Amino acid sequence: MSKKELIVSAIENGTVIDHITSDKLFQVIKILNLENCTNQILFGTNLNSSKLGTKAIIKIQNKYFERYEINKIAIVAPTATLIKIASYEVIEKFNLNLPHEIEGIVKCFNPKCITNHEQVMQKFTVLDANQIKLQCHYCQKITKEETLNFL
Amino acid sequence: MKNRNLISIADFNKEEYLKVLSLAEEFEKNPVQKIAEGKVVASLFFEPSTRTRLSFESAANRLGAKIVGFADSASSSTSKGESLVDTIKTVCCYSDIIVMRHPLEGSARLASEVATVPVINAGDGANQHPTQCMLDLYSIKKTQGTLDNIHIALVGDLKYGRTVHSLVEAMCNFNTTFHLVSPVSLKLPSSVKMHIKEKNLTYYQYTEIQDAIDKVDILYITRVQRERFLDIQDYERVKNSCILDKSLMNNVKKSMKILHPLPRVNEIHSNVDSTPQAYYFQQAQNGVYVRQSLISLILGLK
Ligand SMILES: [Zn+2]
Repeated sequence: MSKKELIVSAIENGTVIDHITSDKLFQVIKILNLENCTNQILFGTNLNSSKLGTKAIIKIQNKYFERYEINKIAIVAPTATLIKIASYEVIEKFNLNLPHEIEGIVKCFNPKCITNHEQVMQKFTVLDANQIKLQCHYCQKITKEETLNFL
Repeated sequence: MKNRNLISIADFNKEEYLKVLSLAEEFEKNPVQKIAEGKVVASLFFEPSTRTRLSFESAANRLGAKIVGFADSASSSTSKGESLVDTIKTVCCYSDIIVMRHPLEGSARLASEVATVPVINAGDGANQHPTQCMLDLYSIKKTQGTLDNIHIALVGDLKYGRTVHSLVEAMCNFNTTFHLVSPVSLKLPSSVKMHIKEKNLTYYQYTEIQDAIDKVDILYITRVQRERFLDIQDYERVKNSCILDKSLMNNVKKSMKILHPLPRVNEIHSNVDSTPQAYYFQQAQNGVYVRQSLISLILGLK
């Protein structure tokens, strides 16, 4: 292992979220509710990255994410790479993609949308794979990055 | 179309629109056909809309169906705090089809997902009002003999006007040429223009009604509301550019017809009412035939 990679030290088992753009680090921490996570967590930001200029990275001991959590990360930090580690070995590594549909993650920005008044699962169609353009299944309005709020 | 929901204009395809319209023609010739005797239509108006409600209830009556429901949310259990989902599930026990109007957007889609009977959306906030669009199509077809290759001018508030958005989307199936007349700040949104571009259809944009009026077969006018302008001076400057007066009609096509979803305020001068082009009151009449057609197709009676 090179010295460079040791800037944030390795974990034995768990997940590494790499290639987060630096400005999105704290948002990722927030949407994954890591403030309230009792596992060992290491993170670094403003690290050098050939891909992004600077990047942030999060390493969480003994934690593998569920699909809905991965979708959340994809919405906030679409550049991120997810790496699953077991016994210091990489067992799976993949880039995040926005799914075609998302459910129960994002709040519709439209105050007159029925989903903001009744208990109902929020559902969106992802209109554009490269930017946040989420069309509400119910009111058909489009939630964008500027109006994005998580449930 | 038996047991289908009609929530948004995109729920039906071109062939299905045409089927609804041709059956509506049949009802126009023979309006009283008691084919829905024994059926119960639930008419749930969570916000008042007398015109739409009377049109649906008149359609149901002419089919011989019974009507249950309420005309505003004060007389429904919603005023006691019941959720929409619970109200709909309950009403399904008493009815064969639900017609609903609700102030919140997406409410009709949600209702259709929990209902065990079909749902017709009679307006969900600023979102969709598909039966209005169907009666607009019917009026175009009836007055022009066809829906194909029509030149249509859409005039007024093209940004927020839900009837305009649905009509554009539906007319894109028929090789329409669009003449869009609006103040610059109330132009047709790109999300709606997208439908025109996808079909490679032609559209023109104007700010003055007189630049389009002589070219078109249909002039569809909607109201420009003062509340839509941030600056009152902007409103004062443009308010007359989308108002139709008889003096603008010297060179219009003889077969041209003027449509308006009603109610109008001042966007069509009353001196237009007696011209052969005025069609907005017959247009409202057509709503009953179209709704008879929809109810009987969805109930599987035709
Ligand atoms: Zn919505």
